[in-house]
Amino acid sequence: MSVDPIRNDSSGVPRSAGAPEAPDLGELLRASGRGDEAAFARLYDATSSRIFGLALRVVRDPAQTEEVCQEAFLEIWRTSARYDPAKGSALAWMFTLVHRKAVDRVRSAEASTRRDTTYHSKNQPVEHDTTAEAVQASFEARRVRTALDTLTSVQREALELAYFGGYTHTEVASMLDLPVGTAKTRIRDGLIRLRDAMGVGA
Amino acid sequence: MNEIHALSGAYAVDALDDIERAQFERHLTECSECQAEVTSLREATALLGEVARTEPSADLRSRILGDIKTVRPLPPLPAQLPAQSPTAADGTDDGTAEGSDDGHADETDTTHQPGTVIAHSRSHTRSASRTERRWLRGLVAAAAVVATIGVGSTVWNPFDGSSNEQVLSAADRVLAAPDAITVSHQLEVGGEATVVVSKSLNKMVVTTKDLPPLPEGTVYEMWLQDAEEGMVPAGLMTAKDAQVVIEGNVANAVGAGITVEPAGGSRVPTSEPVVLFSFENA
Repeated sequence: MSVDPIRNDSSGVPRSAGAPEAPDLGELLRASGRGDEAAFARLYDATSSRIFGLALRVVRDPAQTEEVCQEAFLEIWRTSARYDPAKGSALAWMFTLVHRKAVDRVRSAEASTRRDTTYHSKNQPVEHDTTAEAVQASFEARRVRTALDTLTSVQREALELAYFGGYTHTEVASMLDLPVGTAKTRIRDGLIRLRDAMGVGA
Repeated sequence: MNEIHALSGAYAVDALDDIERAQFERHLTECSECQAEVTSLREATALLGEVARTEPSADLRSRILGDIKTVRPLPPLPAQLPAQSPTAADGTDDGTAEGSDDGHADETDTTHQPGTVIAHSRSHTRSASRTERRWLRGLVAAAAVVATIGVGSTVWNPFDGSSNEQVLSAADRVLAAPDAITVSHQLEVGGEATVVVSKSLNKMVVTTKDLPPLPEGTVYEMWLQDAEEGMVPAGLMTAKDAQVVIEGNVANAVGAGITVEPAGGSRVPTSEPVVLFSFENA
């Protein structure tokens, strides 16, 4: 129990020499739960661009995005000991938390600014290609884009409006002139396809 | 249950409204298939962050790392404590989901929305004692209590959250009732209202969101449309975001409505309803 799990390389996962060390986020979370601020800093560094990028896509306003991220990371720190690897990866756990906070933010503010600016997909970087500049040219990102390409365009459209737009499936249906019930099916089918293409979580 | 099962994807991307989310989370507690699906779909959503990468400012980093110095991490959930070593990859999948929870409601940051119900508060009707008596009579038939689950609360993980509480709140029981009927309307005056009706439990949950501010000296009054007696008072509320449980002769109701009434409420509606719900064909 006293072995520092972060430096414990006997975890059975071989690391190829020279490859950039991908920290085990689950272990960093667990260490954070014990009050290890350095571990949390590593966790932050390993995830902040994805977390911030996700929140920014949903919230749009950079200042509010920072607030959402600040709250979310604090919540991650506070509840880190409660992360249970049996229920999914650390990254998915963190994303779920951040996404929910981002969505709560835009929905609670929705009466005011954001919904007043007419949403039009052409005005928004929902096409994954258009964000390419901002995307790290990482292998992982390319894999995800390839996987996203396996979705039908209508699945991707519904999924992006829901996930990055923060809209409910009912709202998505209405925006896309779909019968209620169709959007949720597209969202689910799109996610299943993405999951299967990436070979995660199955 | 097929219908609710189909919400798994929308749930995984937070694309459910509050009512649907509550219903689905109840469903999750008893459907291991959906639990597994949601878990796997969330892994897929985590991938989407790859295509959204944006570097935050260095300032944010220092703020966050400064913040955590002042906050004590919560202990593990009680069920995580016994004998479950930190390296546990030990096939507790479903077992944990079923048995892990919890009673840590004290710890969650659930922000309760102000669901205000002026039910039997006499002080509110001091100026109109007749109204009060009528009102109290109405309450015998339809007592409104404040539900304890917060609208838009921050419980993001049903498996770790309140899912296995031994005692479900009254609202939760209605939302999870097999015969629950949900009717939702956007109000012309703004905001939205949803009723979830369970005739078997003889209860109704009214959830409102973003209702416009009330004029001074008025309240929202909820009504049950009784098949025989017409509109029967069912409770008062003042908050724009509220969730209340209506107990009354729900089983005999064919609909429900909300009106704006003078403070203290009315025995019969005195204004046009801001929303009407029909339970027929719902």
